[in-house]
Amino acid sequence: MSSQKKKNLTATQQKYQAFAKAREPQRPVFLNSIRAFFVGGTICVFGQGLQWMYMTYFNFDEVTAGNPTVATLIIISVLLTGFGMYDHLAQWAGAGSAVPVTGFANSVASAAIEHRSEGYVLGVGGNMFKLAGSVIAYGVFSAFVVALIKIIVKG
Amino acid sequence: MEKFIWAFIIGGGICVIGQILMDVFKLTPAHTMCTLVVTGAILGGLGLYEPLVKFAGAGATVPISSFGNSLVKGALAEAEKNGIIGVLTGIFEVTSAGISAAIIFGFIASLVFKPKG
Repeated sequence: MSSQKKKNLTATQQKYQAFAKAREPQRPVFLNSIRAFFVGGTICVFGQGLQWMYMTYFNFDEVTAGNPTVATLIIISVLLTGFGMYDHLAQWAGAGSAVPVTGFANSVASAAIEHRSEGYVLGVGGNMFKLAGSVIAYGVFSAFVVALIKIIVKG
Repeated sequence: MEKFIWAFIIGGGICVIGQILMDVFKLTPAHTMCTLVVTGAILGGLGLYEPLVKFAGAGATVPISSFGNSLVKGALAEAEKNGIIGVLTGIFEVTSAGISAAIIFGFIASLVFKPKG
């Protein structure tokens, strides 16, 4: 908590914050990191295998093979999400399943499935990008700034 | 074969960075993903992401940080051809497959599957 926020709290509230902080369970950072490493690494190796398959059997080159690879990973991830298996994996693997592109697909699919009870237009259509939208928004804006700077610097 | 090992190490390494952002810096998964995407875009602009892709293959293209890199790459490639307006038209050029696939299959999933739990 920032010091600015702390100033606005009463003495009792500050005491509670300290009390809660002391009892907050310690996160097993090391164990979590090892799990994330193995799951994330395995997903990337699987992607590398797909890429190799597309390059060897389907006449894609190293650059174009990226598209079918990503699409295949997304289909698999959406299916696993639909069957409720990706959530179990995510619970165990943390960032290992969230950081690869499969986590992006999972956030789109799970939001779409979860909100279908609110209707297909406002529920599914409106909530699909609830999580993924922030990634796209920040990605596009930062890419825009970076590209502009690069063009200006290059002259 | 060597590429598979590097894909595992680099891909796993990027996930560990994400895990540390979540556990040590107490960011939510959404903040973590945004941080990685912005980092990928900056690295792409500096020309540091492409060598990593060459070196680690899917280890660098599968994590979400490559999304930022691809956005920059598409924007710059189009800008080279069509001038400054290319930044707007090219930004989704490379990432179109990923975003379209996520939208289309996410929508199909919402038609087929019922929410669980």
